[in-house]
Amino acid sequence: MDTSLLVIQTLNGLQLGLLLFLVASGLTLVFGILDFVNLAHASLYMLGAFICASLTYAVGNFFLAVLIALPVTALLGWGVERFIARPLYSRDHLDHVLATFGLILVFDTAAHLIWGPEGIAVPLPQAFRGQLELSETLVIPTYRLVIIAAGLAAAGGLYWMVTHTRLGMLIRAGASNRRMVAALGINIELLFGLVFALGAALAGLAGMLIAPITEASIGMGNQVIITAFVVIIVGGIGSMKGAFIAALLIGLIDTLGRSFLDDIFKLFMSPDAAENSAPALSAMLIYIIMACVLALKPQGLFPPKVR
Amino acid sequence: MKKLFTAAAIAGLTATGASAESVKIGFVTTLTTPAAVIGKDMENAVNLAVEHLGGKAGPLDIEVIFGDDQFGPEAGKQATDKLVKQDDVDFVAGYIWSHVLLASRKSVLDAGKILISANAGPSQMAGKLCDPNFFSTSWQNDQTPMAMGEVLNKQGVKSLYLMAPNYAAGKDMTAGVERTFTGEIVGKDLTKWGADAQLDFSAELAKAKASGADGLFVFYPGAAAGAFVKQYQQAGLKDELPLYSVFTIDGISLPKLQQAGFSDVLGSKVTQEWDPSLDNAANQKFVSDFKEKFGTYPSFYAAQSYDAIMLIASAVEAVDGNLEDKDALRAAVKAADFESVRGSFKFGTNNMPVQNFYLREVVEDADGNWTTQVAETVYTDHVDSFAAECSME
Repeated sequence: MDTSLLVIQTLNGLQLGLLLFLVASGLTLVFGILDFVNLAHASLYMLGAFICASLTYAVGNFFLAVLIALPVTALLGWGVERFIARPLYSRDHLDHVLATFGLILVFDTAAHLIWGPEGIAVPLPQAFRGQLELSETLVIPTYRLVIIAAGLAAAGGLYWMVTHTRLGMLIRAGASNRRMVAALGINIELLFGLVFALGAALAGLAGMLIAPITEASIGMGNQVIITAFVVIIVGGIGSMKGAFIAALLIGLIDTLGRSFLDDIFKLFMSPDAAENSAPALSAMLIYIIMACVLALKPQGLFPPKVR
Repeated sequence: MKKLFTAAAIAGLTATGASAESVKIGFVTTLTTPAAVIGKDMENAVNLAVEHLGGKAGPLDIEVIFGDDQFGPEAGKQATDKLVKQDDVDFVAGYIWSHVLLASRKSVLDAGKILISANAGPSQMAGKLCDPNFFSTSWQNDQTPMAMGEVLNKQGVKSLYLMAPNYAAGKDMTAGVERTFTGEIVGKDLTKWGADAQLDFSAELAKAKASGADGLFVFYPGAAAGAFVKQYQQAGLKDELPLYSVFTIDGISLPKLQQAGFSDVLGSKVTQEWDPSLDNAANQKFVSDFKEKFGTYPSFYAAQSYDAIMLIASAVEAVDGNLEDKDALRAAVKAADFESVRGSFKFGTNNMPVQNFYLREVVEDADGNWTTQVAETVYTDHVDSFAAECSME
């Protein structure tokens, strides 16, 4: 096993982790502050990708399309909060799950009607189609580095917003004790709407960033939402810091597991058995991690201080 | 679930139309999830076949009822059960996915219906699980990669890295290329598949590159194909690690790859039992009418689905619409007396087609659309490797 492969795989893991963080941060915000289970977060991820894909063909530049698609996705999120989520806050979690699962079906079918079943491939500007040579053996696709940079920028911006702005203060206060926040005369409905829109924009951004690698396709969010739930459970529900660390952890474990597990297995079993068992175990790996965390720290690694 | 009363549409409002006898065909494919792009292509081909037949199979009207497998064996079996028990169809055809077909076969065969695979070709059903009532208008999974293995030997490729999804067909495909490829297999990755399939192949591509192999063999059908080819190009592996694929670069992925400008795919070679450029009357009619009606080249999925309907219609016509005599009907299917889009068509002892396999090259046609054309014939009248395991005579 050579070091350059390890470095590349670590970067790949980091990229996956940051994308997961973008999805999980919105999920943990909404769950932590609004106490609302939003499965339809997955649909916002998908819609972000589709809107960005259509805009890429309309305006001719992927990055410009992302800038336009972000507020559109945020607006969609705000609409979901205003018309679907708000009437359901007083109900229990099962009702949230039912309603937002229904919403997934509605959005999937809507996407099928608008964009057709085949999905849309998103072209990148020529400059980002190539690879960056870090050293002779260390070559990584340029766009993967763009994802890492964008993910880190979003995470940094989010950190600054949560710790240094008035809105961030309210979000933290809301996560700790939202009744008290409302009692202090804060417009809680406006705060909830903003948080939901922010979460939607973050999920949409993740969808937009992955679209040039895979494509905008129906149901693409359903793959990522389960992993995102694993992330927020491992990180501690409602905790931004927890979501960030858990997302990177899960991203790295998943990628490194897929990369090196079969080699490790070959050390103590036949190559055939290793090739068959490694994919099975690497698919389970993140759930095993979640089970271990739940057993040792049921509140997650970084639970918010007061609930 | 969709119901399509093609017969009614075509027969129009003739006074006796309502009580006309019909042959019911259940067609199971994927109509939701991203894999619906394949199902749509098959559905189009089925409708085109019915239209070409004038809605009639011998004296009977053709009625096709579609079932959605939702890209998974559980839903696929449910859809099959519904077709067999509730709709009481005479034939069940379709099936893109090997694991769906394996899960559904018993429901059809136990009810004494005739099952026709229009795509999936799991090794088990060509061998030990072969059945007099099961036929295929596609291939056994191993055959296409075996043909690719022969091509690789001829081109002097010494070492190969394999990538495929982790399900029945993925395992058959890698086994197929390993059976004929005489060089060294330096690594193999089976990735997660199904409704939450893995579509980001960064880790696997990095491993494949580090392995120093002469070539990369992949099998990624449907929506995964576009994702794979894009990442392959983004990783800049074209010169270092040439791509050899089966069921990945086809009539479904090419229009999207062209739209997004992934020109590395031009000139790439794939093996297949059919091609839009095959020179026979049935194929020319099929390809030109399909293009006119749906705007794209048909994929091999479409071609096999078209053949499945033509096969059923020929059998129903041969028995003059008498669907009660199962032995005669089965013999009529086995005779395969129809104009296949791949030219001559015949079944082997295990009811899998005995057919040619071609090496196809991705080219740009006269109108500027990306498609494939036959470069050479790899196998002539190839019999799959599992026919010997089948106990049927």
